[in-house]
Amino acid sequence: MYIAVMAAVTYLVRMLPLTLIRKKIKSPFIRSFLYYVPFAALAAMIFPSVFTATGNVASSTVGCAAAIIAAYKKKTLTVVAAIACISAFCVELVMRVI
Amino acid sequence: MKTSSENYFVKGLRDGVPVFLGYLAVSFAVGIAATGAGFGILQSGVMSLLNFTSTGEFSALELYKQSAPLYELAILEFIVNMRYILMSCAMSQKLSPRIGTLPRLLVAHGVTDEIFGLSVLQKGELRPAYTYGLIVAGEIGWTGGTMIGAATGRVMPAMIAACLGLAIYGMFLAVIVPGARDSRPVLCVVLCAALMCTAFKVIPFLSAVSEGFRIIIVTVVISAAAAVLVPHVEDDFPEEARED
Repeated sequence: MYIAVMAAVTYLVRMLPLTLIRKKIKSPFIRSFLYYVPFAALAAMIFPSVFTATGNVASSTVGCAAAIIAAYKKKTLTVVAAIACISAFCVELVMRVI
Repeated sequence: MKTSSENYFVKGLRDGVPVFLGYLAVSFAVGIAATGAGFGILQSGVMSLLNFTSTGEFSALELYKQSAPLYELAILEFIVNMRYILMSCAMSQKLSPRIGTLPRLLVAHGVTDEIFGLSVLQKGELRPAYTYGLIVAGEIGWTGGTMIGAATGRVMPAMIAACLGLAIYGMFLAVIVPGARDSRPVLCVVLCAALMCTAFKVIPFLSAVSEGFRIIIVTVVISAAAAVLVPHVEDDFPEEARED
């Protein structure tokens, strides 16, 4: 029962706007607003938490910087994600050695 | 038509690899929290399969432990998931108006931070098949990880989990950096949102705001400001919309 209630609320929240808003919204303000939403939302989800993502500021920052450079060069998603993980992992290894 | 949607599905599966890895890293902990609250392995799996959200599941488990009434659970779930309303609205504008109800109902299940981000920043209009691919990849990681966590009671080795967690951020960066590189207003939106969010976390009084609300407030304020200052009037889907 608990699971049913939480699943129902979670799904309704996700489903209602998508099914109810079927047409292209005309208002230039709302259209522009919704155009910027993903960029603002993702930036808010990335920063500042990315700097502590691995539990260590140095390796997180290096991973983040490597990902930005790879993304700037328009590498594919998986490649960018892999570069972030591998470079952070290398920093962690180096720090263990030192 | 058939082959084209199959292609989009496969592309979704492929782009879903970092989502799969990132979810796997987090979901072990969800499984452990679920068994800690008294859920069985199967129950934990069903919860993750149907809810597909980390904050929502963690906070629901807390309430379950305190045997809180169902209406309280419903209110809490609504509040922690409120950002999905915003995401669902943005996604509605990315689908062609010709897309029917059933695909919309299915795509809606994929409104998570990660799958939303990947879906909505696709070039041109969003093909539901692409999101289905992401959902399948994500659900395997999320539900699978929850059940493994519930069964074994172990989290992933910290170092591996930490690096996998970075996969999600890498993936986010991969979708917003190209947009920011090609458009000045988008770059400003990204920088301002990042600064504002950091300010929220650092400034004493504002840091009391929960993460979910922080994201909502930053997103609404920055997007509204950008929409007023630099309205984006171009057609969302140039030629691609008329392709088939």
